[in-house]
Amino acid sequence: MLNYIIRRILYAIPILVGVNLITFTLFFVVNTPDDMARMQLGIKRVTPEAIEKWKHERGYDKPLMLNDSEEGSGKFTHTIFFEKSVAMFAFDFGRADDGRDIAHEIKSRMLPSLAIALPVFLLGLIVYITFALVMAFFRATYVDFWGVVLCVALMSISSLFYIIGGQFLISKLWHLVPISGYSSGLDAGKFLVLPVIIGIISGAGASTRWYRTIFLEEMSKDYVRTARAKGLPESIVLFRHVLRNAMIPILTGAVVVIPLLFLGSLIAESFFGIPGLGSYTIDAISSQDFAVVRAMVFLGSLLYIVGLILTDISYTLVDPRIRLE
Amino acid sequence: MLFKPVILWTDALIYLLVMVALVFVWYVRRNEHMLVPWRRVGHSASGMASLTVLVFFMSIGLLDTVHFRPAIENGSNSEKVYSVEVLSLLDIIATPLRTRVEKTYSAPFAAHLYARETIELPDGAQMREFPRLQFGGAHLQDPATQLTNDVAERATTGLALGLLSWCLVLTLLSVSLARRDSATLSFTLSAIRRGDTEVPWNAVLATLALMFMSIGVALMLSTHYHIFGTDKVGQDVFYQSLKSIRTGLVIGTLTTLMMLPFALLLGIMAGYFRGWVDDVIQYIYTTLSSIPGVLLIAAAVLMMQVYMETHPELFDTIAARADLRLLFLCIILGVTSWTGLCRLLRGETLKLREMEYIQAAHAFGVSHWRIISRHILPNVMHIVLIATVMDFSGLVLAEAVLSYVGVGVDPSMISFGTMINAARLEMAREPMVWWALLSAFGFMFALVLSANLFADAVQDAFNPRVRTWPLQARKLQRRGREQYSKDKTVEAEIKGSHSP
Repeated sequence: MLNYIIRRILYAIPILVGVNLITFTLFFVVNTPDDMARMQLGIKRVTPEAIEKWKHERGYDKPLMLNDSEEGSGKFTHTIFFEKSVAMFAFDFGRADDGRDIAHEIKSRMLPSLAIALPVFLLGLIVYITFALVMAFFRATYVDFWGVVLCVALMSISSLFYIIGGQFLISKLWHLVPISGYSSGLDAGKFLVLPVIIGIISGAGASTRWYRTIFLEEMSKDYVRTARAKGLPESIVLFRHVLRNAMIPILTGAVVVIPLLFLGSLIAESFFGIPGLGSYTIDAISSQDFAVVRAMVFLGSLLYIVGLILTDISYTLVDPRIRLE
Repeated sequence: MLFKPVILWTDALIYLLVMVALVFVWYVRRNEHMLVPWRRVGHSASGMASLTVLVFFMSIGLLDTVHFRPAIENGSNSEKVYSVEVLSLLDIIATPLRTRVEKTYSAPFAAHLYARETIELPDGAQMREFPRLQFGGAHLQDPATQLTNDVAERATTGLALGLLSWCLVLTLLSVSLARRDSATLSFTLSAIRRGDTEVPWNAVLATLALMFMSIGVALMLSTHYHIFGTDKVGQDVFYQSLKSIRTGLVIGTLTTLMMLPFALLLGIMAGYFRGWVDDVIQYIYTTLSSIPGVLLIAAAVLMMQVYMETHPELFDTIAARADLRLLFLCIILGVTSWTGLCRLLRGETLKLREMEYIQAAHAFGVSHWRIISRHILPNVMHIVLIATVMDFSGLVLAEAVLSYVGVGVDPSMISFGTMINAARLEMAREPMVWWALLSAFGFMFALVLSANLFADAVQDAFNPRVRTWPLQARKLQRRGREQYSKDKTVEAEIKGSHSP
């Protein structure tokens, strides 16, 4: 087991290197730092000195891959590639345009992101599985039919609509909770209720329908027929046999997103004014803070790869048939 | 020449797509085995009803794709001068909607502006009131008393017109069906009503009735009112919603067109050649797919923005610029989303290459290229088709989110995302400006819902293992029950005949 995990982690390294190369190419080769400086300082009326100053402030005034003016290892270390891309492996993301340390920002913003994403994830899983079970129990009846219709309708609505509609209805019309904001500590609850509910609803259509399909597929298997044939009531078949087996694809499918919960949700956070990583990314995109976007791309892929490893491990934990070589 | 045709990049690609679709239809029609799953799509009521709506959206999108620059009257000079404004056929049809611009916000069916203004009376005194709109309800003498009646009158006319044209379609359809089956007209009509036809015409006709009536009402009313109100600069929201349809369709279809070559080539190569080719391709798509989609898109679009800002000489009109940005967005979305399909195709090809007929082809010495193109490609096409229709609705929804984040289409291009983004800022206004938001969401919902339903029908038809729609199951169950009771009676009859 340990052997497998170590091998799995080693396999992740070339992927992370690949991600790093992609971001490096995207941010420094497709457009040179000069282009970025010109874009940020305004296209017209920009002096070469201003560009040089902008680049110097951010450490972009070095050669890309090879520094000929240096000696020895400095040839490789005093370059943009080494200082900006390789450094990310040590979680040194550099500084944002407003001068703050990105790694520190990320650390302090993870918690608010998690405060929304984790309840949405856990409560959502419970709600979706419950509804999917109900639909599977009443399969091929009107409950099931209208359930699927509702799911398809929910899937077809833009997530922006849920947020805007929810804010309007609950906060503005009924004044139940504040429209947006965040506070640390216990009174954060009133700020979190609405985003969590909306998060659950906006994911409901696709997930419920997907889980229903998993349940139905499981119910068409032979062991279910055997269970029915020996006279078990439908509820026991469903809850004792089908549910347990169907949980394997559901849970292992959910594991991959657990690390990504730290990143939070881009849209919800910016609408509800929650100082998490999602709104951090949005702010960086709209103010064209390239360093922050680069850092978030790296962090996102890192977390995703962690999620993949966790998925593989969870498979072996819940399903003894799968062996690791 | 009264106009100068303009073919923007996305236009050219849409024409290409239409041509590919036509060739595909022609090819399928000649091959009976390929027609079978399509017949199943044709038998699905929800699939055909949603297809009807989709065809309507697509024709609006196509009308909006034929672009040109109209000539400007230039009296002194004999040389023609063309406007810098790029118009489409839809713009010409909707000229009244496009040109009748108010000052600022006005509610749907309003005759007055949404904000008070100071008006100077003839005697020099000033007063604050809601000024009349220049166009919306301008034909009314006294809107306070006449407006409701006028709207109701026009709506009824529109409804009647819609019903009339629907009856026309119904007559044409039933006459042609009756002639084809050489049945009487009344028999055909009742068959349609009962849903006893091969294609569920009753579902199609019900959808058409709803559509015709709403189109009729919209047509009659939009000539004299802003039926969905106007936005901040006074532009008609109904017109904007119509224009957004093309943007949504382009994002939904061209993205797939962009990613198909990657996914097909790499996926089949990885599965077919295996070995190091497989390793390299797997590494590429694992790496790409491990970057969270939105972040990769955001990073790529940011870089594209930098490129477009620093190379302004590439675009001659605003439309060309917005269009190129849309194309780039499609390419970026395509590059970030081909990995899923690629993985599916690789798996399927791995399975296919072990099949006997491929082994036989190998033994005969058929070349790799020929095996791939003649034997593998046709057998993975159903996966491609399902992925294409399934992706469509997600992409339309993604456009709105991306435009909100600021990495979507060009701000000058009308799309659902830009409409929502502009309207969102007015949420805090008191009283609220809600119509632009609601109509953008409404149109998007109609488009995405019909795309989702159609995708389900296609998936059901091409992939019998996954059953997404319970209607079919219920029908089967009912048929099973009937079969069962029939068997019972037969059994009883046999028993009865044997027993003395």
